[in-house]
Amino acid sequence: MAGINWTSLLSVIAGIALAPLLPGIISRVKARFAGRRGAPVFQLYFDLWKLWRKGAVYSRTTSWLFRAGPVAGLAAAAVALLVLPFGSVPAPLAFAGDLILLAGMLGLMRFMTIVAALDTGSSFEGMGASREAFFSALAEPALLLALGALARVTDAYSLSTMYGALSFGHWWSLGPVLALTAAALVIVLLAENARIPVDDPNTHLELTMIHEVMVLDHGGPDFAAIQYGAALKLWIFSTLLASLLLPVETGMPALDFACTLAGVFGVAALVGIVESVMARLRMVLIPQLLVSASVLAAVALLLTLNPVETKAGRPAFKAAQAGELQRPDSAPAQKADGIDKPTR
Amino acid sequence: MFIDFILVLVLLTNLKLLGSSRLGACIRVAAIQGVLLGILPWWAHGHPAAFRVLGVTVGTVILKGVVFPWLLFRALREAEVSREVEPFVGYVPSLLFGLGGLATAFWLSTRLPLTSVVHSSLLVPAALFGIFAGLFLIISRKRAVNQVLGFLVLENGVFTFGAGVIGETSLLVEVGVLLDVFVAVFVMGIMIFHINREFDHIDTDRLSSLKD
Amino acid sequence: MSWIIAALAVWLAGGILSAAMPRGSRGGSTIGALSAVLGAVLGMPPVVLAIAGQAVEVLRWNWPAPYGEFHLELDALSAWFMAPLLVLSALSAIYGHEYLTGGAGGHERKAAGPTWFFYNVLVASMAVVLLARNAVLFLVAWEVMALASFFLVTFEDEQPQVRDAGWVYLVATHLGTAFLLAFFLIAGREAGTLDMTKWTALNQAGGGVCGALFVLAVVGFGTKAGFMPLHVWLPEAHPAAPSHVSALMSGIMIKTGIYGLVRFLSYFENVPAWWGWALIAIGLSSGVLGVLFAQAQHDLKRLLAYHSVENIGIITLGLGLGLVGLNMRQPVLALLGFGGGLLHVVNHALFKGLLFLAAGSVLHGCGTRQIELLGGLVKRMPWTGACFFIGSAAICGLPPLNGFISELMLFAAGFAGITHASATVSLSGVATLGGLALISGLAAACFAKAFGIVFLGEPRDQRAAHAHEGGWAMVAPMLVLAVACAGIGLFSPWVLAAMRPVLGQLSQLAPAEVAFQLGGVELMLAGVAFGAGAFLLALVLLNAAFRSKLRRQKTGMTVTWDCGYAQPTARMQYTGSSFAQPLLALFEPLLQTKQHRRPPDGLFPKAANLETETPDLCRSRLFHPVFMELNRLLGRLRWLQQGQVQLYVLYIALTLVALLAWKLGGN
Repeated sequence: MAGINWTSLLSVIAGIALAPLLPGIISRVKARFAGRRGAPVFQLYFDLWKLWRKGAVYSRTTSWLFRAGPVAGLAAAAVALLVLPFGSVPAPLAFAGDLILLAGMLGLMRFMTIVAALDTGSSFEGMGASREAFFSALAEPALLLALGALARVTDAYSLSTMYGALSFGHWWSLGPVLALTAAALVIVLLAENARIPVDDPNTHLELTMIHEVMVLDHGGPDFAAIQYGAALKLWIFSTLLASLLLPVETGMPALDFACTLAGVFGVAALVGIVESVMARLRMVLIPQLLVSASVLAAVALLLTLNPVETKAGRPAFKAAQAGELQRPDSAPAQKADGIDKPTR
Repeated sequence: MFIDFILVLVLLTNLKLLGSSRLGACIRVAAIQGVLLGILPWWAHGHPAAFRVLGVTVGTVILKGVVFPWLLFRALREAEVSREVEPFVGYVPSLLFGLGGLATAFWLSTRLPLTSVVHSSLLVPAALFGIFAGLFLIISRKRAVNQVLGFLVLENGVFTFGAGVIGETSLLVEVGVLLDVFVAVFVMGIMIFHINREFDHIDTDRLSSLKD
Repeated sequence: MSWIIAALAVWLAGGILSAAMPRGSRGGSTIGALSAVLGAVLGMPPVVLAIAGQAVEVLRWNWPAPYGEFHLELDALSAWFMAPLLVLSALSAIYGHEYLTGGAGGHERKAAGPTWFFYNVLVASMAVVLLARNAVLFLVAWEVMALASFFLVTFEDEQPQVRDAGWVYLVATHLGTAFLLAFFLIAGREAGTLDMTKWTALNQAGGGVCGALFVLAVVGFGTKAGFMPLHVWLPEAHPAAPSHVSALMSGIMIKTGIYGLVRFLSYFENVPAWWGWALIAIGLSSGVLGVLFAQAQHDLKRLLAYHSVENIGIITLGLGLGLVGLNMRQPVLALLGFGGGLLHVVNHALFKGLLFLAAGSVLHGCGTRQIELLGGLVKRMPWTGACFFIGSAAICGLPPLNGFISELMLFAAGFAGITHASATVSLSGVATLGGLALISGLAAACFAKAFGIVFLGEPRDQRAAHAHEGGWAMVAPMLVLAVACAGIGLFSPWVLAAMRPVLGQLSQLAPAEVAFQLGGVELMLAGVAFGAGAFLLALVLLNAAFRSKLRRQKTGMTVTWDCGYAQPTARMQYTGSSFAQPLLALFEPLLQTKQHRRPPDGLFPKAANLETETPDLCRSRLFHPVFMELNRLLGRLRWLQQGQVQLYVLYIALTLVALLAWKLGGN
C-alpha cells in the first residue's frame, strides 16, 4: 500500500469538497450558450444544504432497500475516490488491479440505485431502471477496454502507476491510440453520468428519462445523497479523462495538482459545450453509440498490438518484460526483493 | 507519424461505413476516405513538389472527393429513394464484424513477408481491412448505391496497399485503376437510374426475380 | 482416509434406512437428512487437511470388477472440490427436510424416504467421483451419480413437464457418458493402464491422440458441466427438481464436469496452445449466451439454471487463461487464471446454492415460480429477501462479496495478459476484458430484474400477497451461505493462502515459486479487502448519520408517486418482460424470442395480452432436428421388431454364435 502523502489526501479532500462544483459549471456553460446568465456555479451546494435540512416522505411500498440505496451508493463512490489518482498524484490506496475495484464500486453504486428504484413499484422507475441496467452493461466493456489500452501503453495496471507514467511523450509517439481511448472515455463519461446525447438531465418527461426517473421518489436527505453521489461519479470520470488529456508531470506535486484540477474543470466545461450543441439521441440508437465506444477502445488496443516492424527498423510498440505484477507503490517500480526473476 | 494518423483515420472511416445507417453520411464518409488516400502516397514519398505527382494527387482528390459523391448523390436524387440503408446484417453485428476483420487484418499482416519497403506498420492492416470492409459492404447491403460504395472502398483498400509498397511508378498504375473506377461509377450511376425507372426500386435482392 | 470411508458408509446406511422407514412418517426424512449432515461432518477433517497441502491419502482395495480397483486418493485438487460438496450437501439436507415434509404442493402425501435414499447415494457417488483414481470406478460412480440425480429430479413425476425434463436429462447425461467411455478407453490404452495416477504417461502420446482425447473430454465432461451448446438439459432439469436438489445439482454436480476436465489437464506437462484458446472461446460463448437466455426467462428457477451455464463459462474462461499462461510460460497469468476459475467453483457453489434455496423458499411460500406473478416479497418474507439480495449481489460480482473476488482475479489475468509483449497473449487479455465485462454487466441487469420484480414493489397476484416465510430449518442454511459469501469477500487474502497447494499442483510450480508469484496477487486482495472494509465502515457511519438526521425531522408515509392516476394497481408495475425488453431487442438474432400479442383495439379499452417465450435455441435448432432425423432413419429398422419372443431369442442366439466364431475362429 502506498505511503500516505499529503497530496494524495489533498486530492481526496478536493474530490469530496469540489465535486458539486462540476454540475454547476456544466449548467453555467449551457446557460451562456443559450444566452442566459444561468444559476450560480455553487448552486448544487445550496441545493444539498436545503435538501439536508428537509424531512422525507417514504412510499408504503418501499422496504429497507429504498433507504439503503442512496447511502450505499454514496459509500461506494467515496471508496472509489480512495483509489483514484489525480493526474500524476497517486491515490491513497494504490495496488495493481485497483481499477477493477473502481469499476466494481461504480457497479455497486449503480446496482443499489436500480434496486432502490424498483422498490417503489412504479412503472416510471422500472423504465429508468431497465434502461440504466441495459446501457451500463454495454458501457462497462468500453470502460475496461479503454483502461486496458492505457495499461498496455504504460505497461502497468494500477491506476496510479498508469496515470503517473503517462506523459506528453506518449501522445507524441502513440497519438492515435490515446486519441481513440480518450474518445471511448468521453462516450462512457456521457453515458454513465446521464448527459446528452445519452440522457437529458433537464427533461422532466418520464418517458424519456433514464437517471432522473430512477430517483423520482427519493426526497430530502436521501435525494441529497443521490445528487452528491452523482457529482462524485462525475468527478471520478472527469479526473480519469482529464488526467489522460493533460498528463502533466512537472515534478512539483502542487503544480501537478493545480493543472489536473484545471483539467477537470475543463472537462466539465467540455461536457457543457457538448450538451449545448447536440441533441439527445433516439433511444434505439444509444446501444449503437455504446457499442461504437467499445469498438473504438478495442481498435486502440489493436493498434498497440501491432508488432510489424516499421521502416525505421524499430518495433512499433516497446516490448515489456515478461509478465509480472507491478509492485504497488507511489515510487517507480522496484525490483522484487529476494529471489531473482529467472530470465526467459 | 502523420502517415499513421492518416491511416488511423482511414480505418475509422471504414468502421463508420460499416456502422452507419444513413446513405448520405455513407457517401460523404467514402469521399473523405478518398481524399485521405489521395494525399497518402504524395506524403509517403516525401511530398515532392514535382508537377506530375502533384497533378495526379490533386486529380485523385477531386475525382474521389467531389466527382464520385456528386454522381452518387445524383443517382440517389433521380431514383428518389429513401435515405436509409437497408442491410441484411444489422449495424451492431456489422461493427463487431468490422472489429473481427481488423483483428484478422492485423494477424494476416504479421504473416506477409514484407519488411523494409513498408512506410508505416499500419499500412498493410489498413489495406487488408479496407478490402474486407468493401467486400462486406457489397455482400450485406441491399441498395445498389451501397454496393457501389462497397466497390469504391474495395478499390481504396487495394490502392492503400499499392501506395505504400511500390515506388513512384505506382502513380501511373493508379491513374489507370482510377480511370476504370470512374467509368464503373459513371456506368453504375446510369444503370441505377434506368433500373429504378423500370422497376421503381433499386433493391438488388428483388432483382433476383429476374432470373426466371 | 478412514474418515472418508466412514462418511461413505454413513451416507449409504442412512439412505437405506430412510428408504426402509414406513410411508407417511417423517422418520424417513429425518434419518435421511441426518445421515447426510453426519456424513458431511465426518468428511470435513481430512478435506481441510488435504487443502492445506498435507500428504496425499491413498486407499486401495481389490474389487471384483474387470480391470477395476477401488482406488481412492485425496489430494489438494480433489479436496478443493470436496469442500463445497460437503458444505452444500449438509445445508441442502437441512433445508430439504423442512421443504419436503412441511410444505405446500402436497409433498406431505409423498413418501420422503426413497428420495432421501437417492439424495444420500448422490452425495456419496459425487464424493467417489471426486476421489476415484481408477477409470472403471470413476465411470461407475459417474453413472450412479447420473441415475440418482435422475430419480431426484423426477420426484414430482405426476407433472408431465417434470417427466419430460427427466427424460431430457437422462438422455443428455448418457450421451455425455458415451463420450467419456470412449475417452477413458483411448486414454487407458495410450497410457497402458486404467490407474489414473499413472496417466502422466500420456505425455508421451502423440499430438493427434492427445487432441482427440481433449475433444472427447470437452464434450463428455462438458455435457455434465453445461457448456454451450451441450447445456440443453440444465434449464429443464434444474427447475423440475425440488429446490434443495437443484441447489446441490447446480452447485456441485455440474462442477464434477469441471473437475474431470481439470484432472485430465493436470496430467500434461506441455499443453498445446489451442487447448487454452478453445476453452477461452467456449467459456466466453457459454457466458454471454447463458446470461442472454437467462434474461429472457419468466420462471425463476429456469433463470437461475441459465446463470449456472454462464458461471460455468466464467470458470472455463479462467481455465483457458491458465492454460494459455502455462503454454506461454507466464506463471502469473497461469496462477491468476486457474486461481480465478477454481475460486469461482467454490463461490458459485455458495451463491448459486443460496439462490436456489431462496427460490425454493419463494416457491414454498407462494406456490408459483413465475416472476410475473410475484412481487413485494421482501416485506412478507424478509429473511428470504435479504438472502436472495446477498446472493444476487454476489453473483453479479459486486464488492464486497465473493463473486467480486473471483472476477477480480480473472480481470487481473486479463490485464496481466494485455500488458504482455506478445500479441497472442495480449489478444487473450483483450477477449477476457471485453467478454467478462459484458457478461458481468448483463448478469447485473438480469439479477436486478430477478430480485426487483420478485421481491420488490407490490404483489402482482394473490398468491404472492399471502406469501409466508418458511421455518428456521429453511432460513438457517441460507443465512449460513450468505455469511460464507460475505466472509470470502472480506477475508480473501486468507482464501488465497488456502489455495496455494491447489494452484501449485495445477501450475506445476514449486511452492516457493508459487508464493513468490502470488505476492502481487496477495497485495491486490489485501487492497481490495481494505477497500471492502472501508466501504462497510462508510456505510455504517453514513447510515447512522442519515437515520439520526431523519429521526429529528418529519417523515411521512404515502403512496408511490403515480403521476396523478386515480387508481394505480399492482398490475401497472414494470414486469420482467418489460425490464428485459430493450436488452433482448438488441440481441434478437441470438435469442429469437417469439411474441404472441393481442393488442387492444377499438375505441374503449378491452382485454388484451402479450406473451413472450424464448425456447432454447440449441434445443430447437440443433438437437431437435437431429433427433427427429435419427428417429426417422431408425424407423426404417422397424421391421426388426415383430413382437414375437422366439424371433428375439433367435437374434440373441445368432449374435452369440457370431461372437464365438469371431473370437475363437481366429486361432
